[in-house]
Amino acid sequence: METLNNSGIENPAPKIRTMAEMAAEGKKPEILFWVGCAGSFDERAQRITRDICKILNHVGISFAVLGTEESCTGDPAKRAGNEFLFQMQAMTNIQVLDAYEVKKIVTGCPHCFNTIKNEYPGLGGNYEVIHHSQLIQQLIDEGKLKAEGGESFKGKKITYHDPCYLGRGNNVYEAPRKALEVLDADLVELKRCKSNGLCCGAGGAQMFKEPEKGNKDINIERMSDILESKATVVAAACPFCMTMLRDGVKHSEKEQEIQVLDIAEITVRANRL
Amino acid sequence: MIAQLLFIVILAAAIYLFSKNVAKVRRNILLGRPADRSDNPALRWKTMAKIALGQTKMVKRPLAAVMHFFIYVGFIIINLEVLEIMIDGIFGSHRIFSKPLGGLYNLLIGGFEGLAVLVLIACIVFLCRRNIIRLKRFSGTEMTEWPKSDANYILIIEILLMTAFLTMNAADYKLQALNFGHYIKAGSFPVSSLIAPLLPDHAHSLEIIERGCWWFHIIGILAFLNYLPYSKHFHILLAFPNTYYSNLHPKGEFTNMASVTGEVKAMLDPSFVPETSGEPQRFGVKDATDLTWKNLMEAYTCTECGRCTSVCPANITGKLLSPRKIMMDTRDRITEIGKNIDRNGKDFTDGKSLLDNYITREELWACTSCNACVEACPVNINPLEIITEMRRYIVMEESQAPASLNNMFGNVENNGAPWKYSPADRFNWAGNE
Repeated sequence: METLNNSGIENPAPKIRTMAEMAAEGKKPEILFWVGCAGSFDERAQRITRDICKILNHVGISFAVLGTEESCTGDPAKRAGNEFLFQMQAMTNIQVLDAYEVKKIVTGCPHCFNTIKNEYPGLGGNYEVIHHSQLIQQLIDEGKLKAEGGESFKGKKITYHDPCYLGRGNNVYEAPRKALEVLDADLVELKRCKSNGLCCGAGGAQMFKEPEKGNKDINIERMSDILESKATVVAAACPFCMTMLRDGVKHSEKEQEIQVLDIAEITVRANRL
Repeated sequence: MIAQLLFIVILAAAIYLFSKNVAKVRRNILLGRPADRSDNPALRWKTMAKIALGQTKMVKRPLAAVMHFFIYVGFIIINLEVLEIMIDGIFGSHRIFSKPLGGLYNLLIGGFEGLAVLVLIACIVFLCRRNIIRLKRFSGTEMTEWPKSDANYILIIEILLMTAFLTMNAADYKLQALNFGHYIKAGSFPVSSLIAPLLPDHAHSLEIIERGCWWFHIIGILAFLNYLPYSKHFHILLAFPNTYYSNLHPKGEFTNMASVTGEVKAMLDPSFVPETSGEPQRFGVKDATDLTWKNLMEAYTCTECGRCTSVCPANITGKLLSPRKIMMDTRDRITEIGKNIDRNGKDFTDGKSLLDNYITREELWACTSCNACVEACPVNINPLEIITEMRRYIVMEESQAPASLNNMFGNVENNGAPWKYSPADRFNWAGNE
């Protein structure tokens, strides 16, 4: 299904430009795509990153990334209590962003989104920040993005897992659902959804440590909601949720039946971008 | 005349004692660090009206919401009757509002009786949920003897007060029919007229019952008032200021520590001179006095309903963390500190702290910062802020983070990512080369 190009990457995106390259040509993009650490290094999340680029290219938005100049927003350090490290990261990132006179940012991760949008302004970094699900919603609302010409999700049972830092953290519940509504699929909600959504277990820096002693892992608890929904596609909007949900599916031995896909991946597939 | 004097003395004593205890709670709350919640008063009033007065966050659990609403409305509206009782008590009058209000008075008394029945039903349902059905939400490690008894006492007191109120009316109703003494024809008694046949027919016995219930009801209310500052039931008062001073920022936003900003700026720019503001403060929270007054107000507002704990992913999966316990421990500790000050003076230290003596590290490190507890709280309490502040103390003052998190910190610091990847490879995903 996937085509391979010379670089050996499964879903190649057209050449991605960096802020540095554009600045060298005296140009400024409309929007900066903040990729995030997971989107940069995690193999599964890299595919989502490339799909977000495809969507941006498809609708003709001029964008750039920071490339090697990007660094962790400091989110996991802050949640774990290391405010020093967080502010070091934040202030360094703000210097870079301000040097390129960045005004608008789209992120591929709810954690980066929350941190830059809510916590950077207090340290002098003021930008208009949106999450990629909000971008997709805007494009659908503007009629620039549909669900046609690609894989049909018609009648498929699809559910959506709310990431904490997008949902409860920032009250973004509708944008990702909007991206799924255009699919003409059989959308089902999980038992615990929207403001009642159950965490995947990765937040608060749990991603980087072993869970404390308990009787089960949180993503396994979340799997019970997914199995109960009978969905065959679980839509995610966060690279950490993606990891946890895939582990949950694997643990339940449902890899053949249940796919976990990011909102951006579903959009790209539905449009064969 | 003696009865009037006695009433005035009891009333004055009750009010004095209550003010004294409220002042103590207020003092304890103000032991916390400063926090500015003075902005945007319009939105704050609106939040309070919606969440405390309108109870909009209760509706997520419909049965509890309806039952709670009965008690809440019953409490507020029946208090109009208490106003009359007070005036009658002071001036030796009887049903003083009946003349000026006329027909409305009958409607009101009838309405109060209806509400009293709803309150009775709700209290019985709540007692069943706690003691017979034993809902999981009302148990847990922090739900020890006292919190469980506290809840039952409140419900039983409310049942007794409502029963006294209805019995008093029933006796009054019968006395009115007998044209006895000062018992003028006033009020309508849709409920108490039904229990009236259970009472004796003798006028003097009825008078004793009516007076007995009157005194029991009003002394009961005054005693209950004085029970509040010792009880989780204090939420009926603190819910209002607590929601007024709500966090108005998105839940995902954590505070930026101003004390750290100065140091970080100085590190990045050697020419920067940080402002020094008085004595150096501890980073994060070790003891309850390191929290802000708002955190402490929240601790006194908590009514231990357990909605937070019942949605906490860590708690659901058997971890030690319970957001309700965080709030209860905070309240217990600041109360203990307050008692220490009363007994031994301002500078006394008992060698204990909120961290370790009350809240363990295992609890703190189980949190996913998912905000489910904050969302679930019907009165906008934020256990997550306390958890984060205590993590800050452990990490920045003690350098005692779990080893895996120290690794993550090292990676972020050296590689700009929480994993051990070279920053030079950060753009490899694009396959541009």
